[in-house]
Amino acid sequence: MSYLMIFITAIFVNNIVLSQFLGICPFLGVSKKISTALGMGMAVMFVMVLSTIVTYIIYHGILLPYNLTFMNTVAFILVIASLVQMVEIVLKKTSPTMYQALGIFLPLITTNCTVLGVSLLVMQKDYDLAHGVCFAVANALGFTLAIVLFAGIRERLSFVVLPKALQGAPIALITAGLLSMAFMGFSGIGNW
Amino acid sequence: MSKPIKSTAFTMTFALVSVAVFSALILGGVYQLTLEPIKKAKSNQELQAIRDVVYGDFANNPYEERYQIAVSHGKGKVDLFPARDENGKITSVAIKTYSKNGFGGKIEMMLGLMVDGTINKYKIIEHKETPGLGSKITESRFSDQFHGMNPGKKGFKVKQDGGDIDAVTAATISSRAVVDAIRRGYKALNKLSTGKTHE
Amino acid sequence: MNKTSYDNFTRGIIRENPIFVMMLGMCPTLGVTSTALNGLGMGIATLFVLLLSNSIISFLKNLIPYKVRIPCYIVITATFVTVVDLLMAAYFPNLHATLGIFIPLIVVNCLILGRAEAFASKNTVFQSVLDALGMGIGFTLALTLLGLVREVLGTGSIFGWSFVEEGAETMLLFIMPPGAFLALAGLIVLVNQLRGAHK
Repeated sequence: MSYLMIFITAIFVNNIVLSQFLGICPFLGVSKKISTALGMGMAVMFVMVLSTIVTYIIYHGILLPYNLTFMNTVAFILVIASLVQMVEIVLKKTSPTMYQALGIFLPLITTNCTVLGVSLLVMQKDYDLAHGVCFAVANALGFTLAIVLFAGIRERLSFVVLPKALQGAPIALITAGLLSMAFMGFSGIGNW
Repeated sequence: MSKPIKSTAFTMTFALVSVAVFSALILGGVYQLTLEPIKKAKSNQELQAIRDVVYGDFANNPYEERYQIAVSHGKGKVDLFPARDENGKITSVAIKTYSKNGFGGKIEMMLGLMVDGTINKYKIIEHKETPGLGSKITESRFSDQFHGMNPGKKGFKVKQDGGDIDAVTAATISSRAVVDAIRRGYKALNKLSTGKTHE
Repeated sequence: MNKTSYDNFTRGIIRENPIFVMMLGMCPTLGVTSTALNGLGMGIATLFVLLLSNSIISFLKNLIPYKVRIPCYIVITATFVTVVDLLMAAYFPNLHATLGIFIPLIVVNCLILGRAEAFASKNTVFQSVLDALGMGIGFTLALTLLGLVREVLGTGSIFGWSFVEEGAETMLLFIMPPGAFLALAGLIVLVNQLRGAHK
């Protein structure tokens, strides 16, 4: 599969949030303002690319040669958790501005299933490292696109008077449903 | 209520290492225990799919006798399972083939071919086609028309492409993908019978 | 059963239902509930992991130093998730294939880590088991209910048993991704209304 196709598929056709249902928690939780949504998206991109590279090396360097692939989940989640911690410490020391922008999102990323999900998908799809990194970047962009669009809609929706039962989660879910419906229009792209 | 032990470098390392060892022991054990059942479940699943598409019943274990054949210029591979009768003669073959041209991506199918190359049946194993449209390729109303066709013939195309096959309404792409997958399986069988298993 | 135990058990089922009230673990909730059976299977797998991790964590709570508790909890959870993954691959291969990547992703289900941190690390083993059972049952019920709604509207069947004639037009939207969001929104509105009426 070409790099361009990976991008188009991951961002539009099989959007990680709206059609694969990964990363729904931050999608619903950190999407009240466009600026925070963008920050979350960037933080996810950063961690996702790093963790894809590290888990790739661990998988092909240790787990596969020693026939330990059943330890996948344990190894990957440990890598991701420690990576998030390390990124937090390094950012704090080296780049305070970036830490201020991304810092508050980092702890949330450990339990963001997009990161673990993408690492697992790269192994399942048998990508090489370059394709894997490309896949990670594309999915992070897809995540960012979905969450920023969603935050934009929610910012405007906050001015609307709603019936009590619809306030909060239900209206957010309905909005997400409509967004997901819009993204379904992309399905089938790239198969002609 | 008692308090957790203090976080010193020693206790922290000790706790992490022992949790990791405990995890590795449990997983190693469960992995050993489930190794055989997982293999068996996989072979049973394949055997069921094979039984669904081959002609009549088989006396051998086609899953054990499988061949792997390189297709699409070595980029892909399909599995071929021969079904034999009591005398060891091959009655028909099942081929696990695929197409990447489905509307929603990859379509995987088990294809049953007679020894002369005509189609007996196929069964879709996995697809991501649109429910209600492309997903109709799994229904017998569409798949029955393939029985007895020869994929090597000229007309083995959907009608939109000038062939004889009625595509599913509003799902020409999915129907084309089915044709594509069958062709790939048929070519693999031909390669095997002409002795060229590698391109 | 005394009042606290009863409280800890029932809390997760209705009052603090993980899905309808707390909105935890939304990914599998939306991702695998295209049928009631898938929802039930996912719910039970999660219940099993939650039960094991909650009891082990509350058993070990005083032996794990505070600063490394989260990595320890994650490794313990990941271990049990892998156990469930292997067992399902061996004994329920079809369900395992349908749930796919959502099984390893139970690790990052906020429900499990959330209960470990908020409950199991502070309470006795017995109470933690009750809490896990309550939360797990609440999660399973919610998932099954959502799956049931989507299956009935989307495919016209209940637990795989079809009540419409073949080829009937059903509301396919509900088994597609947008339907998951809309069906869950509808159910939460319903729950909110019922809870509002109770107050």
